[in-house]
This record gives sequence, structure tokens and C-alpha cells, in this order.
Amino acid sequence: MSTDNVDSGRRRFLVASTSAVAAVGAGFVAVPFVASWMPSERAKNAGAPVEVDISKLEEGRLLVVEWQSKPVWILKRSKKALDDLPKNDDRLRDPKSENSDQQPEYAQNEWRSVKPEVLVLVGICTHLGCSPTYRPDIAPADLGDDWLGGFFCPCHSSRFDLAGRVFQGVPAPTNLVVPPHQYLSDNVILVGEDKGAA
Amino acid sequence: MSKLIGWIDDRFPLTKMWNEHLAEYYAPKNFNFWYFFGSLALMVLVIQIISGIFLTMHYKPDAGLAFASVEYIMRDVPYGWLIRYIHSTGATAFFIVVYMHMFRGLMYGSYKQPRELIWLFGMFIYLALMAEAFMGYLLPWGQMSYWGAQVIISLFGAIPVIGDDLTLWIRGDFVIGDATLNRFFALHVIALPFVLVFLVIAHIIALHEVGSNNPDGVEIKKHKDANGIPLDGIPFHPYYSVKDIVGVVVFLFFFATIMFYFPDGGGYMLEHANFEASNPLKTPEHIAPVWYFTPFYAILRAVPDKLLGVGAMGAAIVLLFFMPWIDRCKVKSIRYRSVIFKANLTVFVISFIVLGWLAMQPVTATITFMSQLFSFFYFAFFVVLFVTSKNESTKPVPDRVTS
Repeated sequence: MSTDNVDSGRRRFLVASTSAVAAVGAGFVAVPFVASWMPSERAKNAGAPVEVDISKLEEGRLLVVEWQSKPVWILKRSKKALDDLPKNDDRLRDPKSENSDQQPEYAQNEWRSVKPEVLVLVGICTHLGCSPTYRPDIAPADLGDDWLGGFFCPCHSSRFDLAGRVFQGVPAPTNLVVPPHQYLSDNVILVGEDKGAA
Repeated sequence: MSKLIGWIDDRFPLTKMWNEHLAEYYAPKNFNFWYFFGSLALMVLVIQIISGIFLTMHYKPDAGLAFASVEYIMRDVPYGWLIRYIHSTGATAFFIVVYMHMFRGLMYGSYKQPRELIWLFGMFIYLALMAEAFMGYLLPWGQMSYWGAQVIISLFGAIPVIGDDLTLWIRGDFVIGDATLNRFFALHVIALPFVLVFLVIAHIIALHEVGSNNPDGVEIKKHKDANGIPLDGIPFHPYYSVKDIVGVVVFLFFFATIMFYFPDGGGYMLEHANFEASNPLKTPEHIAPVWYFTPFYAILRAVPDKLLGVGAMGAAIVLLFFMPWIDRCKVKSIRYRSVIFKANLTVFVISFIVLGWLAMQPVTATITFMSQLFSFFYFAFFVVLFVTSKNESTKPVPDRVTS
């Protein structure tokens, strides 16, 4: 084939424009495949709110319930535990719970809860998603003399106090999450929904 | 017979390929022990593909059925236990062989010009292998499967801005669940094996294009005889094919010993917590990855900051990709390099092993401090290498390979 009289400028333009259009087309074709990995409608509809009766919950005991397949902790704290909370303040990353992604507005207080003694938390470490261990014991050997009770993550040793507030110098960046919740009556909590409560 | 081959050769380059890659592929005559591991890696890949195909015939990629289907394979499928143990032992064997193969490359400078692409293809194989192993480990749906995946997927959450959406996209649900298991199964049995095989082919084609390095790190193509055959080269087949078969026999001896007598590898290959079905409400008391990921996990644990920890762990792998450019020394083989390089590489290997051990220990202040110390040594390897390799005082390199 003769290559005389080839308009190479036009050929370059045609090759480039064809490639560009094909690339855009490939991008559009990728959309359904990439999007198919997002949560399905069924997954989105799961995770209905959960009702929890706390009338039998004893002080200092941790109740674990499942909401959206995640562990949710409900803890009734003693008067002493509440009084101890401010003692941790200067060793915490966010003692005043200023990061508003981590709790609803009604839990942005010194106890991080609606009722001071009843703590509701998502039991998932904000570092890499393990479920921390409840360690209410004061000053155990492995956690040190200044431990006033709290949660310890076995995966990467992040520490949280009894309000789920994260300590400094651990890998977890933020406080544990307080899920949306409301009281249906004095002893019944609805986890996952707070319509009208805020 | 020769008529048949002639018939095929007119239609497909059978003899040509046989010669190019085996009978007339001239490899240096001075290969030693360390040169077993390339062909062994290829064999383990085949073992994994075959045993994996048979496992998929009985396994159910469904969050409700997966754990029980693995127990079914272990108890009820004829020889199911054997096929599963071949596959689980194969995973460990793969990493042992690949780590030895990579160490060989570091020792003899096999990543250097003109073999940079071989090294890069190899690193991508390593990356795909890690993804393959990680996704495979989710499939039994035990406690360690579940929480290990939870931790690793959460790593992506450390990426600023897009992190949370990215983890949601990977999981396909708000937590690890059926969607995650099902897609990991698809990636583990179809997508990644394809990628691996493709990369292995690219790795070998690139190798056969430039020719193998050797323990002396000299180019055998510099000295050829009248027929254009390297004076220090011998045909891969039959010389090295026979040598490699010896390696295979010894390797299979160890493989069978582990498979039959220590199939859970003392809890490092199949972790004890994984004999319990996954429970999204309870993290096992002590969580550690399977042994081949532990060095990187130790680096992650050493850094008390989420983003920096994940970044350091990523960097520990990414830096290896750049070895051909970090190491600026012209001399390839450790045999003719300086004491600094030898010491540096030794410290690197020790750090890698110690980090691997540290990651399996429960966290204490001492363990954290040691992890930080050895993470420092790990990264120092690359810095020291970059700084010292440019003007390294090397020994004279021989013109041809030594015995």
C-alpha cells in the first residue's frame, strides 16, 4: 500500500478522536459493573430499628444487642463511674465530643448519653473495626494504674473510657459511635431511630 | 510422530515455543540452591489451581452455608480433608517459596537493569497473591475469617475523604456479610487466578527475553561461541528441568509432612479461632493474621495513628517495587558488593522475620516498642541502600561466571 499522499495530521486526529470516544464508552460500560458492588436494595432495607428492654439491666453489666449486624452495647453506669469520667479528660483526644459525626446532638454531653447512667454505643472500634472488650476493672495489671474502667480493643490496643471516648496515643482516631436511639418508655430503648427525639 | 509434529508446526509454533523456552533457552551454568524457587512457585500455582477447582465443587459461598460446607468437605466428602489440606498447605508453601524467590532476587541483584520489568511483574504477582490469600481466608467463614477481613477492609477506611464509601463498596453491605463473601469467592476463584496466570506468563516471557541472572551477577550473553550460544549457558531442558525435579521431590517431602502431620501449622496456618463460626458481635480475644502477612501487620500495629499506620504498611510493600531504582550500585551480586550492603540486607531480613514474630504476640508496651524499632530497621534498609549504593566500594566482578 502506498503511503504517499497520506495526510498524517488528519490520520492522527482520527486515531486520537476514535480512541477518546472509545475510552468514554468504556467508562460508561464500567459504570454498571462498578455500581453493582454497592449495597443492594435488600441490604439497604435490612437493619430495621431494634427495641431493647433495659428494665432488668444491672448496674455495671454490659448488654449486647445486634443492630444492622453490628454489636450495640447498652451499659448502665454506676454513680462512681460517672464521677470518674472527668478525671480522664486531659488524656483524651476529644473529651468534649466535639466531632459531631460520632454521636447525635442529644448525646453530645459529658456522659455521651441521653440518660446520664445509660450508655448506648456501637461496639465497633473506630480504628479497624474490631469489637473492643469491656474492661470495668479499676487499674488492672495489663492496662495500668490510671485505668478507671472502659473498653480495650484486643486487635490494636486502642483504649476508650466508660463514655466511649478515645484516649490519646492509641491508633483509633475518634470516639466510639453513639447510634441514633430514643426512649419509647422509661425502660425501653429503640436503637436505630430517633424521630422527634432530637 | 514427527509427521504429526510437522503438521502441528505448520499451524502452531509448537517446536518453536518448546525450543525458545526450554530446549534452546540457555541459562547460566552456575545456578545454585536459590534457583529452585521459581519453578517451585510455578508448581505450587498449579497445585492451588487444581485443588481449588475441586474445593469449589463442594463449597457454598453463602454466609448461611459456608462454614458448614467446609466442615462437610472435611468430614463427609471422600478425601475432602486431603484436598482442603493440600489447598491450605499450598497457601503457606506459596508464600515460603515466593519469599525465598524474592530474597534470591535481592541477594543477586536480579531486579537490576535489564531485568526491572521482571521484578515489577514479580511484585505484581506478589500483590495479587496477597489479595488471593486474603480473600481465600474469608471463605471458611470462621471467626478469624470474619474479623481478619473486617480489619483489612477497614484499612481502606483510613484513606481521607473517600475511605468510608470505599469500604462500603468493597463490602457491598454496611458490615461484612453475604455480599462480601459471595464477591470474594468470585474474585478468589475466577478473577485473581486469571490475573496471576497472566502475570506469571508476562514474568517468564520477560525473563526469557533478557535471560536469567546468576549468583555472580554477570551477563552470560557477553561471551558467545561461534553459533551464538552463550559460553556459560546450558539448555534449560534437560539440565535445569532435571535439577528442578530434584527440588520438587525434596519440596514435596516437606509439603506432605506438613499436610499430613501439621495441617493447621500450630495455629499459624489455620488459626484456632477459625474453627468457630463467624460471630459479628464478638471479636476473638487475640487476633493475628496468618503468618505470611504478619510482618506488615506488625508495622501497622507499631504506628499509633490510623492513617499513618496504614500508610506505613502500604509503603513497606510499595518500596519493594522501586528496588531497581533505589539500589544504584552497578554490581549485581552480593558476592562482589560491600560489607555495608551485606550488613544492610542481613538487618533487613532479620527485621522482616522479627516483625513477623512480633505481630503474633499480644500487645504490650515492650512488643509495641520492639515493633517500632524493627519497623525502623525495615525502612532504614531502603534509605541506607539508596544513600550508600551510588558510590559503593565493590570488589572486582569476574568477566565470566565462576564455577
